[in-house]
Amino acid sequence: MNENGIRCDGRKIDQLRNISLKVGVLKNADGSAYIEFGKNKILAGIFGPRDVHPKHMADSDKGILRCRYHMSPFSVTERKNPAPSRREIEISKVIKEALQPAVILKDFPRTVVDVFIEVLQADGGSRCAALDAASIALADAGIPMRDMVSACAAGKVADQIVLDVNDEEDKEGQADMPVAYMPNLGKVTLMQLDGILTPSEYKKCLETAIGGCKQVYEIQRKALMEKYFENGSQ
Amino acid sequence: MMEVTKRRYVIPGDVITTGPLRPEQNVYQDGDRIISTSVGISEIYDNAVRVIPLSGMYIPKNNDLVIGKVIGHSSLSWEFEINSCFVGFLPAQDVFGRDYSPTKDELKARLDKGDLVVARIANFDRSRDPLLTIQDRDLGKIESGELIEIAPSKVPRLIGKRGSMIQTIELATKAMITIGQNGWVVVSCDDPVGLLKAIQAVKMVDAQAHTPNLTERVKSMLGVELGENNDTINE
Repeated sequence: MNENGIRCDGRKIDQLRNISLKVGVLKNADGSAYIEFGKNKILAGIFGPRDVHPKHMADSDKGILRCRYHMSPFSVTERKNPAPSRREIEISKVIKEALQPAVILKDFPRTVVDVFIEVLQADGGSRCAALDAASIALADAGIPMRDMVSACAAGKVADQIVLDVNDEEDKEGQADMPVAYMPNLGKVTLMQLDGILTPSEYKKCLETAIGGCKQVYEIQRKALMEKYFENGSQ
Repeated sequence: MMEVTKRRYVIPGDVITTGPLRPEQNVYQDGDRIISTSVGISEIYDNAVRVIPLSGMYIPKNNDLVIGKVIGHSSLSWEFEINSCFVGFLPAQDVFGRDYSPTKDELKARLDKGDLVVARIANFDRSRDPLLTIQDRDLGKIESGELIEIAPSKVPRLIGKRGSMIQTIELATKAMITIGQNGWVVVSCDDPVGLLKAIQAVKMVDAQAHTPNLTERVKSMLGVELGENNDTINE
C-alpha cells in the first residue's frame, strides 16, 4: 500500500485530500453548502428555524435540531437502497450530536432547524465531510453558533498513523477515527474509533485528526468569506 | 454620534476582542473573550461589542413595523406570515373594536387571504407568538404596490443613516416605499418607470449592502447628480 511514506492515492501521511467548498448553492434552502472532499461529493441544506411537525416534538423553551444523512443510490459502486439504512440513521444521529454543542437555539422556542445532507458520491470519511458542509450551511442560514464545527478523520494504516483516511485505506487499514472539533473553543464534539490502537497511538491519532480539523477550518473560513465578503479583503 | 471603531468581517467562532466590554447582539462571552455567533461585521462602540449579521431570519421585536400577509383566520383572529419562524396574530377586536362579535362580524370582509398589511408588533416574548396591531397612524391594509423581499439584516442599510438612503430613492423616483423590519418592502408609484427604478434600487441595496459608498452608487444608478442634494439628503 505504501512505500517511503507515500500512500495509495499519492498523498503523504499527514496530507489531506483536496477539498473544495461552496456556500449558498441551493436557492430554496435557508442555508446550503456543497463540499468535494477528495472523491466525496456532498450537498447540505438547512431549513429553518421553522414550525415543528409533528407538533409534539417541539420544545417550548428552545429550538430543536434535526438531521438527516442520506446516501444517494448512485453514490457507491453497487446501487444502494434509498431507504435509510441502520448506518445512515446512526450517522444522522452522530452528526446531529456533533452540531448540537455549536448551535445556539434558545432564541427560537417551538421551532426546528432541519439539516439535510445528501451524499452524491462517497469515498470514505463522508461523515466528516458532511459535518464540514453542514456547519458552514448553518452559518449561511444565519443560525447563531458558538463556533464552526470542523471535522476530519485520522487512522492507522500499515502500522502508521495517517491523516484523512480514504475508502481504500479504511477497508484495508487497522483503525479509523473521525473527529469533529470546534477550533476556536478547542473542544471536540465528535470522536469515534473503529479499530484497535495502543494508548500512545491513540494520542497521536487524535492529535493528527485535530490538526486536520484546523486545516479544514481554514478552508471553511475562506469559503464563507468568499460568499459574504467577496474574497474577504479588508 | 457614537464612536465606532474597529470594524471587521467575522464568522461564527471568531474572537472579536478580549477585555471588559459589554456583549450585545450576535456575540457571546466566553471567559474574557467576546466571540461572534454569526457571519457579519463586528463593531466596538461605547464599551459594547456587536455583530451586524449578513444572514439570518427575522426575529420579532416589540414595536417593530412589519409587513405581513394574511394566511388565514379563525373566528377571533387573523394569522399573518411575517417572514419569520413565528406566525403573527391580529385579534379581530383590533379591527372591529371592543364590541366585536363572531356571530355578527365577518373577518373575511375586512382582510382576506393574501392581503398585505402594515402592522406593528404589539407584544412578543419567547412564550407566545407575536401579537400584531394596526391601531395606529399609517398602519393597515396595503391597497396597491409591489412586494419585494430583501434580507431582514439589510433593512437598516436600506433605510440608511436617518433615512438618507430611502429618501434618496423616494426623491429620485417619486415612489412611496414602505419598509417592514422583517425584510418585506412595498413599493408603489404612479409612474411605471419610477416603480421599476425604485425596485431596482431596493434590490441593489440588498445585494451590495455591506460594500462602501453604496449611497453614491445608488444615486448614479438612479441618475441623481452626485454632489447635488448632498447636504439635504446625507444628514
